[in-house]
Amino acid sequence: MAQNIIELRDLKKTYCIGETEVNALRGVSYAIEEGDFLAIMGPSGSGKSTLMNILGCLDRPSSGEYILDGEEVSRLDKNRLAGIRNQKIGFVFQSYNLLSRTTALENVELPLLYSSVNGKDMTERALAALASVGLTDRSHHKTNQLSGGEQQRVAIARALLNDPTLILADEPTGNLDSRTSSDIMNIFKTLNEDKKITMVMVTHEPDIAAWARKRIYLLDGLIVREERD
Amino acid sequence: MLKRSLMHGTRTFRVAIRALGRNKMRSFLTALGIIIGVGAVIAMVSIGEGAKRGIEDRFASMGTNLLFVSPGSRNVRGVHSGFGSFQTLKAEDAAAIEELPAVMFVSPAVNARAQVVYSNKNWNTSIQGTGARYPEVRAWDVEFGSYFDESHVRAAAKVCVLGADVKQNLFEDEDPVGQVVRVKRIPFKVLGVMKRRGESGGFGSRDDMIAVPYTTAMRRLQGIDYIQSVDVRAVSAALMPEAQRQIEELLRVRHRIAPGAEDDFQVRNMSEIAETAAESTKIMTILLGSIASISLLVGGIGIMNIMLVSVTERIREIGIRMAVGAREKDILLQFLTEAIVLSLIGGLIGIGFGIGSSRLIKKIQMFSSMNTVVSVESVLLAFFFAAAIGIFFGFYPARKASRLDPIEALRYE
Repeated sequence: MAQNIIELRDLKKTYCIGETEVNALRGVSYAIEEGDFLAIMGPSGSGKSTLMNILGCLDRPSSGEYILDGEEVSRLDKNRLAGIRNQKIGFVFQSYNLLSRTTALENVELPLLYSSVNGKDMTERALAALASVGLTDRSHHKTNQLSGGEQQRVAIARALLNDPTLILADEPTGNLDSRTSSDIMNIFKTLNEDKKITMVMVTHEPDIAAWARKRIYLLDGLIVREERD
Repeated sequence: MLKRSLMHGTRTFRVAIRALGRNKMRSFLTALGIIIGVGAVIAMVSIGEGAKRGIEDRFASMGTNLLFVSPGSRNVRGVHSGFGSFQTLKAEDAAAIEELPAVMFVSPAVNARAQVVYSNKNWNTSIQGTGARYPEVRAWDVEFGSYFDESHVRAAAKVCVLGADVKQNLFEDEDPVGQVVRVKRIPFKVLGVMKRRGESGGFGSRDDMIAVPYTTAMRRLQGIDYIQSVDVRAVSAALMPEAQRQIEELLRVRHRIAPGAEDDFQVRNMSEIAETAAESTKIMTILLGSIASISLLVGGIGIMNIMLVSVTERIREIGIRMAVGAREKDILLQFLTEAIVLSLIGGLIGIGFGIGSSRLIKKIQMFSSMNTVVSVESVLLAFFFAAAIGIFFGFYPARKASRLDPIEALRYE
């Protein structure tokens, strides 16, 4: 049996909006195995974005434990969390989140700016990552000269750069047409199957969620259902 | 470790240059504030330095073992009138001072302004009545011809020596020696021309004068029986205090001043006067420099303003950088570096601009008597001031950027 790469134990997250308290997560416990391909589904307000932010070490839970790759990370300070995002997590967003007026290559290199890799290795690794998503010939194009699908592939290349333990994708096909969407999902599938990278994806589209091998459904801050292929 | 931080440094620097390059026009306009500020500081301070240098040169050329004796201020029932209001200093006093052991030469002075006429030309200049030892006292030689001697002085002879400017204006290329000029309709025979001493720090030309025997100035030109002051050259710089003491003692006796009563004369030495003059130009330099510094400060506020706008515009970029692992420190350093690079580039261009305008000031005819000196200190000072302004005014926007919440920043539209 594969090792658990992520263990969530009774995660709770409470926001204070003015006087009222909002319970975004009300006790989520779940384990993700190494090499899993998981889709998180649920209506808006179900807490999936909150869960995503916590999984991505962008936010900390109010209570509960989050063990990532054997390390309890839910109580780490901001700087340590930044280091973990840099070394272990790759993000893919709905709106790509690339730097505009900047070449694809420079965008892909970005995570290496914040790790200790020298300039020459940096370019080599960025070019290799671009090649793995089939964008070698686009490496010196500025991001605003690229199509939506190409931009998302640049974002994937960026996510791959530090050999992450985990790729987190937040509605990765939300801005793309159906043909480009399946291109992107194919890339994810290949990365997951060939490189054994753990994938976690938030989506509300059932046909996109169908690419994953496990699906969990969130409602009002709790996991209400799990499906496995 | 050092290599790593060096690598990070150059990387942060490159990122900053790239970010500034994305908005060239705005970066230039922001730097312009610093360019003008640094340029103004350097140019203004160079004017002050130039004046200071001029005064120093002027005093240095006269030598330091020079003393001036002038009448004191009159105090009548508590009312002080200005220096020189006494008419008690006589030619005999000057002669007695010359006999003192610590004194080498003296030259009495009786000065006025008047029109000097030669053929169909005339010129308004300073008529300086001096003793025959004036060239030795003031360390100022005759260029050609000769200075008048004791016999001319004794006879109150109608002879004169021209300053280089007067010679130029009245005679141009003609040889003036042996010619006759008229002052107040009295004919004066020209004996010689003084060496050119040049402009000095905004005080007009020292060559715009003619020298006549002080006796002639007293009797023929002004009709007075007293002298205005005495220039005294002491035997050596070391004997200055001794010479000063001897002169004071002598004059108190000669003027029959009772013990405890106020002197009716004043003895000042060259270094005192030089110090006073240096002090006043220093104040001028500080004043000019601080006015110019205000524009540097305004430039700094401009940087802060633009950096704040830039942070707001780039919130999403900051979010992306944080998501891929930038720490607070990385974001802080990036924005701080941008501000510092802006002000340093502005500072460098400003130095060029300042040196250029100080040269220009020197060249423009209108300010012909103005000398400017760009000192290394003022350049370094302005440059480090610019860098400090970058750090000071860049810090607040940079900290604001680094404190952003990555989730909010990523969602920002």
